Amino acid sequence: MTPPAFAVPAKKMAMWLFIMADTGTFAACLVAYGFLRNATPDWPRPFHSITNVALMTFILLTSSLTMLFSVDAAKDGDKSKALRWIFVTAGLGGVFALLHIREWLGLIGEGMKLFSNPWGTGLFGASFFSITGLHLLHVSGGVLALIVIGIRYNTGRYKADDLEITGLYWHFVDLVWMFVVPLVYLMNLGH
Amino acid sequence: MAMAETKSTQGKQVGVYIVLLIMAALQFVIAYSGLGAMQMLFLMLALAIVEAGIAAMFFMHLGSERHGMLAFVGIITVFVLLAMQYGWTDSFRILNGAPWSQTSSK
Repeated sequence: MTPPAFAVPAKKMAMWLFIMADTGTFAACLVAYGFLRNATPDWPRPFHSITNVALMTFILLTSSLTMLFSVDAAKDGDKSKALRWIFVTAGLGGVFALLHIREWLGLIGEGMKLFSNPWGTGLFGASFFSITGLHLLHVSGGVLALIVIGIRYNTGRYKADDLEITGLYWHFVDLVWMFVVPLVYLMNLGH
Repeated sequence: MAMAETKSTQGKQVGVYIVLLIMAALQFVIAYSGLGAMQMLFLMLALAIVEAGIAAMFFMHLGSERHGMLAFVGIITVFVLLAMQYGWTDSFRILNGAPWSQTSSK
């Protein structure tokens, strides 16, 4: 049998290939967003407070740490601890998603729609909702995956390696957020 | 994994987490620093790139994979990301008007 490429198990390699492809997807969205932002003089700057986005960043970064704790516990064979940390991670992801939705509802309440808003070019809503929506979709999918894999790990169907592979995805979602925050939020702060 | 080894690994992970939190906080500080938009953008992006590198190396354990794997992921991803940057000049053209239109109006 052919040995695995770079001595990386097939499942892990598949996840890395997915992450590389998804990096391209997010990068394309962010570059397109930057292109529009740069070429549009009346770009809106509707964000007046950083409290929500700062809290969301803190929660997502912390969830990456709890994910690592879960994988470490699973590698130690401590099933209950691994399960506890994976559910803490999923819980933090859920809180992040709720905060995100609350923020969306706030902006919609202020009159921001997909193709129009009270502050400037209508392109802002389309780009904001598509980028943050794509990220939110990843977070929501990640939360579901964490719950399913946690349950299956508990029943013995999945092993520590499977948790580690799910962790790769979760860290990637966190990593993308590090670019979304400055480009989409912090560059659009209304001073 | 031995318990002592796990504790030392978790200590390192918490250290990396704190570094990432500080770098994320720095992005927020820059946002309120009153710098020009371009300067702010470059500083924030530089921080985000370093943060992403640290997260990939330590949280995603890319640093402890074989060098071949690191090169495979790194080279392809960086190439794709750089290739996407070809259109920026065009966004400035849209904003400022085509250079030939300025020439023809003279």
